[in-house]
Amino acid sequence: MSHISAEDVRKVAQLARLQLPEDKVQAYTGQLERILDYVAQLEAVDTEGVPPTTRAVEVVNVTREDRVEPTPVREDLLNLAPQREGDFFRVPRILAD
Amino acid sequence: MVTAAAAPEAAPAVAQWEAVIGLETHVQLGTASKIFTCASTAFGDDPNSHIDPVVCGLPGTLPVLNQKVLEYAVKASLALNLNVAEHSKFDRKQYFYPDLPKNYQISQYDEPIAEDGWIEVEVAEKGKETYLKRIGIERLHMEEDAGKLVHAGSDRLAGSTHSLVDYNRAGVALAEIVSKPDLRTGREAAEYASEIRRIMRYLGVSDGNMQEGSLRCDVNISVRRGPDAPFGTKVEIKNMNSFSAIQKACEYEIQRQIKAYEAGEPVVQETRLWDEGKQLTKSMRSKEGASDYRYFPDPDLGPIEVSPLQREAWLAELPELPAAKRHRYADELGLSIYDARVLTDERPMAEYFEAVVAAGADPKAAANWISGDIAAHVNANRLSYNALPLRPAQLAEMVQLIEGGEISGKIAKEILPELLEQGGSPKAIVEERGLGMISDPAAITAIVDALLAAHPDEVEAFRAGKTKLQGFFVGQLMKQTGGKADPKLSNQILNTRLKG
Repeated sequence: MSHISAEDVRKVAQLARLQLPEDKVQAYTGQLERILDYVAQLEAVDTEGVPPTTRAVEVVNVTREDRVEPTPVREDLLNLAPQREGDFFRVPRILAD
Repeated sequence: MVTAAAAPEAAPAVAQWEAVIGLETHVQLGTASKIFTCASTAFGDDPNSHIDPVVCGLPGTLPVLNQKVLEYAVKASLALNLNVAEHSKFDRKQYFYPDLPKNYQISQYDEPIAEDGWIEVEVAEKGKETYLKRIGIERLHMEEDAGKLVHAGSDRLAGSTHSLVDYNRAGVALAEIVSKPDLRTGREAAEYASEIRRIMRYLGVSDGNMQEGSLRCDVNISVRRGPDAPFGTKVEIKNMNSFSAIQKACEYEIQRQIKAYEAGEPVVQETRLWDEGKQLTKSMRSKEGASDYRYFPDPDLGPIEVSPLQREAWLAELPELPAAKRHRYADELGLSIYDARVLTDERPMAEYFEAVVAAGADPKAAANWISGDIAAHVNANRLSYNALPLRPAQLAEMVQLIEGGEISGKIAKEILPELLEQGGSPKAIVEERGLGMISDPAAITAIVDALLAAHPDEVEAFRAGKTKLQGFFVGQLMKQTGGKADPKLSNQILNTRLKG
């Protein structure tokens, strides 16, 4: 049984910059706990002596040549932004924390 | 003599305090394209001219490592005596800031490309004995740079109404080099940073241009009461864009922390900015300790393996590094510590010098010409040693003409500007224009006698005790001979004849 506190949920929401109404904290705490319990079933598998892996397909040294290719979609990328100012992306005032 | 001794003692007033300094250096690797995509890394272009879907972190894009970045990072690691990991990986460092388009930075966390190395730093300060110090290096890792923010409505973040973002720099390859906390003074920190820059430039992996941000240093600094005391509270300083700023920022911060402790005030863990205009550090007043980067392996990027064979191949491509050159110049060529330091500062100058010596010039004489008149000419005209019309063999020829007594140093200085502009054989120029040295005693005696006859008053004054007048006669002699008279012989003959 995983133990997630309401405080954990508020912290995760803050780190992910999610606005979480206080009356939803309880519901998400229960849901997150159930998700972790579900994944925790994997702990039943014996991994003794099995090296850790981060991917399903083991490939190493996937690299490319150091070559410049022009970026034809600059305008599209700038226009995708919520706000554009000339050649810049415009973002709201940045708060210290 | 350079001694491998500890730093000279600090002034008595602060002798009990010791500073502990570590540096985090971000070196921009000089590749044409970015670390994970083929957008250009060119500096100074219009905002957002070098962006693409990978740079902007759009869904469905896949970063792929630039092989040149790996090569440069490994070569830099080898030059810093680091152990290159056979297995290494990339991780995501999560934080929200508008200079980071993906809301995470691709970096390396627990398996960096290289760990545990050192460099030797020569610490030279005016009025103090130069000493050598080995500075440990914790690690080197590869990561992507962030974009640049322009705060609108104010020159500072505080008070600005909104910000503008330029992602040209986002995704440019960086090597972050973390030193061990082995530095003790601002001077040592500045020397360490400049040696890192010198090594990167020798390797050709970075231009190390601090004004353009190709080399950036963050300083971690604390003070404690003596070498056995526990570490004090660590403060981070940013925003120094020269080596002298690094030194001054450290020196200011050391004094600030000592004063705080002595006044019974706490030193808080924080990030401070160096203010170049006011020459002080000031708190950024941002919340510290709240960051939680939640590193995890980047699933988009496979692991990196550097085989022993590949490692050896790259090792074989490293040039002779500045510290090795400094030692060789002093030990084998007999140069002073100062000359060795000046000549090895930039690789092209060192290689020019070596070619001149290889062509037969005396090292000390070659060093003087190169670090003096030639460096002045090259720097003033922003030339490169490779393209200098005066080729190393020609300079060697000139040095040999002087040594062989065929021309005077004065004549050499006279023909040097022309040689620097056009090159050519000094020997041919000297012969063609009859600039060879007059070293026939009879010829010089005849000129001296004529001179004495023409200046009876000065001769009388000399004989009455005004021996300083010998300089006047030397001047006259050189004027008459166009600087060609053998100076040593001339002085001898003058002296004998003047004394009558």
